[in-house]
Amino acid sequence: MGVNVTNLLYLVTIVTFILALRFLSSPAHARRGNQIGAAGMLVAIAVTFAKSGLTDYWAIAVAMVIGGGFGAVAARKVKMTAMPQMVALFNGVGGGAAALVSLAELHRILPDPGRPKVDIGIAIVLSALIGSISFAGSMIAFAKLQELIGGRPITYAGQQFVNGALFIACLSAGVALVAGWQQEWLLWALAAGALVFGVLFVLPIGGADMPVVISLLNAFTGLAAAATGFELESNVLIVSGMLVGASGTLLTLLMGRAMNRSVTNVLFGAFGQVSAGAAAVAAGGDGGTVRSASAEDVAVMLAYAHKVVFVPGYGLAVAQAQHDVRALADLLEAKGVEVTYAIHPVAGRMPGHMNVLLAEANVPYPQLKEMDDANPEFSRTDVAVVVGANDVVNPDARSNHGSPIYGMPILNVDDAQAVVVLKRSMNPGFAGIENPLFYNPKTVMLFGDAKASIVQLVQDVKNV
Amino acid sequence: MSHNTLLVFEVTILVLAIFLGFEVISKVPAMLHTPLMSGTNAIHGIVIVGAMLVLGLGHKGPFTWVLGFVAVVLASANVVGGFVVTDRMLQMFRKREPAKPADPTQNGT
Repeated sequence: MGVNVTNLLYLVTIVTFILALRFLSSPAHARRGNQIGAAGMLVAIAVTFAKSGLTDYWAIAVAMVIGGGFGAVAARKVKMTAMPQMVALFNGVGGGAAALVSLAELHRILPDPGRPKVDIGIAIVLSALIGSISFAGSMIAFAKLQELIGGRPITYAGQQFVNGALFIACLSAGVALVAGWQQEWLLWALAAGALVFGVLFVLPIGGADMPVVISLLNAFTGLAAAATGFELESNVLIVSGMLVGASGTLLTLLMGRAMNRSVTNVLFGAFGQVSAGAAAVAAGGDGGTVRSASAEDVAVMLAYAHKVVFVPGYGLAVAQAQHDVRALADLLEAKGVEVTYAIHPVAGRMPGHMNVLLAEANVPYPQLKEMDDANPEFSRTDVAVVVGANDVVNPDARSNHGSPIYGMPILNVDDAQAVVVLKRSMNPGFAGIENPLFYNPKTVMLFGDAKASIVQLVQDVKNV
Repeated sequence: MSHNTLLVFEVTILVLAIFLGFEVISKVPAMLHTPLMSGTNAIHGIVIVGAMLVLGLGHKGPFTWVLGFVAVVLASANVVGGFVVTDRMLQMFRKREPAKPADPTQNGT
């Protein structure tokens, strides 16, 4: 196949990827878009197979069967609640592949022409650096989300300094390589340093900040792929990688904005740790008493309401209560209650996490309201049911200047006539921030495991 | 085409891709942000093209061969896993099915 034909066919792939993203603007045809993108990927793979001079077909095929088989099985088997770690895993292997390609490219170029051109050198350094950070960072994010290691921030004295020094060392190795100190081991040292940096960089970031980290790592892998495109002089890699880079960057900024924190603060703040002092201040004012209710009481409130809004948080995912929430909502709707779901952009562990869980439970997507649409509706809501959410409904974010989450946009559940909070205990949430919502006279607490509580509510609503 | 001309072309499409990316992605509703992430995840699996070239055109002995082989394994896991998981997610997003309560097989699992 001629070079021009090859490149035109790669253009087809680029167009399918753009269409795939374009179709994601509405849930009605998003799936079609994804299929178009997958077809485009097949085209790119087929075209690459047909490239003149390609050898080792069988090795490529065997590697594809191994990797593809693993990917297909993992993607089919994974539970929807484990989706964030699965996304982190697939993101990481992509970054790892980009880094390996750059190591192999340098090995191929180095001996005979002597030195690669400056731009190729820069591309090789960047994809090794960013790809390795993305790989190691994603694996740590995976381990945290899978609870292989604790979700709490891991910090030690001088952490910023160590990270900074390591990163500068990696960069210097890169500059030396590009400037002409053509040692292959230097790139390996750079990649190894970047791996360690990736680990150290994600370790101190707490579970609640995962939506930002995952988006950022997604952008990193995209950029690493684009850099690989410069090494191999391949347009399809440059454009596709950059589309992903743009998407990840945009999501990172959106998530940061949804928490009213700069991305730098999320990445370098080790949130859970710093806030301990501030949380104590916030908790200082005696908030009054907490009213606890039985499932029967809550069932009566729900059954006689006109409008009920469910507010899901990470606790819903942990308890895997999405199907039971849907069953409860069905029951209420059968009784003539209007039911919607109010979803905060950073509820859960990745952007849009709650939407996917509720979609899995067959909740029709028109019932899923984004924050800006949901907030005006609370004033005409009879009961807001908070299932495993905490910080995203904390009124301190609106009014308490001393609160670490002051300024973060929240769901104004306290505008509703009554609020029911499903919670395991009065233990403050992950970030250790006290929540005055629990002391609001409108609020009743229903203590216990979210899933067990909802199942009980289903029973009791049936009996009302 | 000289190397520099090619480089200028590449940088041009890179910059255009940035703007295109921001444009297209800003139209994705927050509801679909998880499928967006996993979908873009699948798209960066395009690095498989680079991995295939390294393995197939490497010709520099066993060392590049091993690197290329591992890269193809990783990239194919990325491609297949990414698209399959996105498809699984997106097929769940549906409007209300007419007057049919929860699917009993889906309940309480």
